[in-house]
Amino acid sequence: MKELIILSGKGGTGKTSITSAFASLAKDMVLCDADVDAADLHLILNPDFKLSYDFIGGHEALINLEKCTQCGRCIELCRFDAVKDSFEIDPIACEGCGVCVDLCPEAAIDFPETLCGQWYISDTRLGPMVHARLGIAQENSGKLVSLIRQEAKKLAAKENLDLILTDGPPGIGCPVIASIGQANAVLIVAEPTVSGFHDMERVAELARHFNIPAMVCINKYDLNLEQTQRIEIHAQKNNIVIVGRISFDPAFTEAMIQAKTIFEYNKDSQAATETRQVWDAIVSLPAFNAPVNNIQQHL
Amino acid sequence: MIISIASGKGGTGKTTVATNLALCLSNKVQLLDCDVEEPNAHLFLNPVFQQKEPVFAPVPQIDLEKCTFCKKCMDICRFGALAVLKKDVMIFENLCHSCGGCFEVCPENAVIEKKRTLGIIGHGSVNGMSFINGRLDVGQVMVPPIIKKVRSYTNPDLITIIDAPPGTSCPVIAAMNKADMILLVTEPTPFGLHDLKLAVDTVKILDIPCGIVINRAGIGNDEVNKYAEKENIPILMEIPFDKKIAQIYSNGQMIVDELPEYREKFLALFQKIAQLIEKGGQK
Repeated sequence: MKELIILSGKGGTGKTSITSAFASLAKDMVLCDADVDAADLHLILNPDFKLSYDFIGGHEALINLEKCTQCGRCIELCRFDAVKDSFEIDPIACEGCGVCVDLCPEAAIDFPETLCGQWYISDTRLGPMVHARLGIAQENSGKLVSLIRQEAKKLAAKENLDLILTDGPPGIGCPVIASIGQANAVLIVAEPTVSGFHDMERVAELARHFNIPAMVCINKYDLNLEQTQRIEIHAQKNNIVIVGRISFDPAFTEAMIQAKTIFEYNKDSQAATETRQVWDAIVSLPAFNAPVNNIQQHL
Repeated sequence: MIISIASGKGGTGKTTVATNLALCLSNKVQLLDCDVEEPNAHLFLNPVFQQKEPVFAPVPQIDLEKCTFCKKCMDICRFGALAVLKKDVMIFENLCHSCGGCFEVCPENAVIEKKRTLGIIGHGSVNGMSFINGRLDVGQVMVPPIIKKVRSYTNPDLITIIDAPPGTSCPVIAAMNKADMILLVTEPTPFGLHDLKLAVDTVKILDIPCGIVINRAGIGNDEVNKYAEKENIPILMEIPFDKKIAQIYSNGQMIVDELPEYREKFLALFQKIAQLIEKGGQK
């Protein structure tokens, strides 16, 4: 089984549009939307929600004011400033560490589980999909990403599907690290801007840090040829495989508005042709077809 | 006055709005780049950095000579960052949330606070503007402590503009919390609208007044405008989709420098923000 993670570092470079386009081309595949903070893949794929599960991400402290003697020990212990002067817990600040719960001399602090979101197994016209929705202002997005990737693997094994296409989150922090561990390869969708270059460089460094083979494609490459070349030179120097360039094409936005992939919207558009070339380049790469490195799982 | 610029969806133009707005107000402003996973504001403003300082988090280190392997540290840790073995204690620093529980419960004082570097803070200035950014070290996961550190340099005598990270979870909250106003930058597409709604829900939890900037207006449809009207959220500015602007951005240039007519538009945006804060303060 192979798993390809689509990342970008910078947001808005076209990860989701390109992931959905690949879904039109790939066969025998499970889709996984690991951008649990702001998932968008479902807007194109219009999933039929088959199964829905609660995600219990952790616990949250809750002071029982009847037992509380206001000794102030919890305020003193809390490193997240989550205990207010009124001896109530600020749920947004609470990290769920439970230190106050364990060390309250009156045992006046409860520690109920918190519902941090939902995750789903759905059917789409292009294949099964595992996706999630992290509750607003919730923690533990990394844990939820790990969970849905695990479920996508189970589903792929059960349905005898050979590929998992994972739409990753932006950035390089906790949810991104959770999304790349033990993947076959990472595709970085870069845009030819100074910030696109900067962010691509950092996410490529992250992939290298975790020993995951990286490839790069440049989306909207004709917006700035100088920056496009700069990205490609950086890639060459750093063992990142360049899998192609995709033009700036309003067809991507038009397709999105109609909830279609670029191939469903206009398979003859320039961007569609170039996206197909990128996909062909990816699937023919040895790195993509090699067994997964036995790397240490970090999260 | 603290203005936090956020979006839900990435790549909608937070940094463009934050940097151009800041440049128009230059010496009255401090810009705090709190998108510490992918900080970009410095690429546009080119500040001179006078000082860099690391951000540390306390993590445990075990003095094996004092340790009796009683496992109290492991038992209190909800994050699985410690594993007590027969004659050793393993520490998984990447899992540690620096809650301090293990230091507190160790009866032998065998848990020593060690500093782990999470990232780096840059202090700089440009055109009389104070500029501070945070930068997560590649491979590190703890983002909120860096954002909190950047925000600890908030100067109440200045207008503070925060460039927030995308999303809706803990890093975004750390960058929005206790702001006087949140400016949500979106694009008029289905993805932009969907993530804008999530961002609005986040703002509602924090109970902070907000307004919308529509970037790349004309590229999609008018669903964002309809949504804003329905939710009664003011649209404070629209920046049209223009390949020229996209190219200016791609080169790391400033819109207000290259297209001077935008200076007034950003100043008008600031006036609207100030009015909104005044109104919000009276509610």
